[in-house]
Amino acid sequence: MTVESTAAARKPRRSSKRTSAAKTPAKTSQSSGPELVQLLTPEGERVEHPDYSIDLTEDELRGLYRDMVLTRRFDAEATALQRQGELGLWASLLGQEAAQIGSGRALRDDDYVFPTYREHGVAWCRGVDPTNLLGMFRGVNHGGWDPNTNNFHLYTIVIGSQTLHATGYAMGVAKDGADSAVIAYFGDGASSQGDVAEAFTFSAVYNAPVVFFCQNNQWAISEPTEKQTRVPLYQRAQGFGFPGVRVDGNDVLACLAVTKAALERARQGEGPTLVEAFTYRMGAHTTSDDPTKYRADEERASWEAKDPILRLRTYLENVGAADEAFFTALDEESETLGKRVRDAVRSMPQPDRMAIFEHAYADGSALVDEERAQFAAYQASFAEEGK
Amino acid sequence: MAMEKMSIAKALNESLRKALDTDPKVLIMGEDVGKLGGVFRITDGLQKDFGEDRVIDTPLAESGIVGTAIGLALRGYRPIVEIQFDGFVFPAYDQIVTQLAKMHARSLGKIKLPVVVRIPYGGGIGAVEHHSESPEALFAHVAGLKVVSPSNASDAYWMMQQAVQSDDPIIFFEPKRRYWDKGELDTESIPGQLHRASVARTGTDLTLVAYGPMVKVCLEAAAAAEEEGKSIEVVDLRSMSPIDFDAIQTSVEKTRRLVVVHEAPVFYGSGAEIAARITERCFYHLEAPVLRVGGYHVPYPPARLEDEYLPGLDRVLDAVDRSLAY
Ligand SMILES: Cc1ncc(C[n+]2csc(CCOP(=O)(O)OP(=O)(O)O)c2C)c(N)n1
Repeated sequence: MTVESTAAARKPRRSSKRTSAAKTPAKTSQSSGPELVQLLTPEGERVEHPDYSIDLTEDELRGLYRDMVLTRRFDAEATALQRQGELGLWASLLGQEAAQIGSGRALRDDDYVFPTYREHGVAWCRGVDPTNLLGMFRGVNHGGWDPNTNNFHLYTIVIGSQTLHATGYAMGVAKDGADSAVIAYFGDGASSQGDVAEAFTFSAVYNAPVVFFCQNNQWAISEPTEKQTRVPLYQRAQGFGFPGVRVDGNDVLACLAVTKAALERARQGEGPTLVEAFTYRMGAHTTSDDPTKYRADEERASWEAKDPILRLRTYLENVGAADEAFFTALDEESETLGKRVRDAVRSMPQPDRMAIFEHAYADGSALVDEERAQFAAYQASFAEEGK
Repeated sequence: MAMEKMSIAKALNESLRKALDTDPKVLIMGEDVGKLGGVFRITDGLQKDFGEDRVIDTPLAESGIVGTAIGLALRGYRPIVEIQFDGFVFPAYDQIVTQLAKMHARSLGKIKLPVVVRIPYGGGIGAVEHHSESPEALFAHVAGLKVVSPSNASDAYWMMQQAVQSDDPIIFFEPKRRYWDKGELDTESIPGQLHRASVARTGTDLTLVAYGPMVKVCLEAAAAAEEEGKSIEVVDLRSMSPIDFDAIQTSVEKTRRLVVVHEAPVFYGSGAEIAARITERCFYHLEAPVLRVGGYHVPYPPARLEDEYLPGLDRVLDAVDRSLAY
């Protein structure tokens, strides 16, 4: 059957007037503009913003730098491990370090985090051992950490679901009269899900102490943000009755300042805020994805100039907040982390086959008990045959 | 005759291409179906050839995808929507169950909703959670929906043609771990009807019924059993709603034994429906109770344990032995 002959015969069917009207939605204002909160330029210069200021010690600045470098190193190691067949899949955060470390370091210990599946940097800030993040990507478990140890919930793969959990949790925080806050991470693609709109509605109506932290990394797999929205995402919040702010997602200082302010609002009982961190996914969506099918190399190159780590390094060097010894020591620390992650993954044991029957129910189930027994007997029959 | 060897993925792609080409009312909608051609490349090249008006990248919202497909169908279009993975159909489950399935009846037959919902389903590809499930029973249980699943390239091609032409909503489950399996495909002569089962292998001692990804496992089991002198018939169900009980009955009246195999949990699964009906219809022919092989009543396990969960050759042969031992 010939494919080419049929393809040639096609014509648009609607009147050209109607078609063109329908086809050219106004481009969303997605590029950086005056509304973008920035405290550190891509060139590494400190700038001021009327609403968001931040004053950090040199120690704190170096700390943020270290967080970003180690997170990137961890991410690179995980990507390499996937390529070597040690992980089934990996969702890289490359390029989003500032958004995650800035927002993550804005949190207090008693705040609660609801991540999606790419928040390795936030997990780092929460003190989750990075090797714990790899179990689900290796295929040995569906989570790998106790969410209550670090107030860092399990990764959520179904897009947007966790924004409602965060809202409900925040409603609970408010009911308890506690002064902690909750933060929910999601992507620009996820912003289209009904769950996210419902989370906005509930959080506004109940004035829940929750911060919605949208990492707009410009892509939802192959779909650009324009396929999700015609208004800049941060403006969505207004229609739900709470403030939205767009921050330079590659500027760790701005992300820290803006998230701190939003969390503070939540603590003060002033309700939700939507933070849109304007950033870029430098790598593929996941290791299964091939971005060359849908995006141009030049686009990535233009974002490389905005690299979050480089700009902080430039600033640290310019103000003399870090010397060569600091950077060398950090390189060594990175290598040690990489090796630790590699070794940990390679030595993760194959889970026991009986594990599939564990934890389906908290109170147990007669049906699962019966199936477990049948399964065990079946497995035992092989052992007998083998004798 | 235009005989070609192609993969299930390619057969689906060709079938969708033909559907778009034949009927200007046919649309394809879903996440990443455009430039990327879908995460499994089933819609590869279609947007390039048919344009963004016919092959539509949608916002990331499954309820929105199915809900707007219903509206487009009300307006005379024939949308084929892609749900990226089995576990992501649930945001759309409300639209599918409360609206798509029922509007025809509510309108006393005045409204037809020719919507095809394509869902890559099932395990065996080492994926993370929500990417390996077999929720077919949840849809087959709902009146107003038809549920089908091809097991080979030829069926993939023709069943998609028939699904698109059907005036009923069809949930079209694609066995994702078989996407790359190749088979003979005759693009010119239409084989059976959409809801007819087919006999994939003839035998006389026992009938295995399966669909989608499990047909291959059953064929392998039948081949292995033959070496032990057992003659196994394999029936490929193709349609889980409606079910071609006549075909199963015919086979069981011959072989007198039946084992139903699917990946989905056995509990409340399609095997239960088949076992009950066939027991009613063939009670006096049966030499053994109808047995079922399938998943357990637990969440689909992490990738490194999925081989324990999924029925493989050994578990199917074990059930064959148990049946024959009666
Ligand atoms: C309900 C649902 N639909 C589809 C998917 C498949 N999927 C996984 S990630 C993704 C894109 C998400 O994009 P975005 O929300 O922008 O987040 P990003 O991955 O870019 O951080 C899609 C479509 C899913 N996980 N859940």
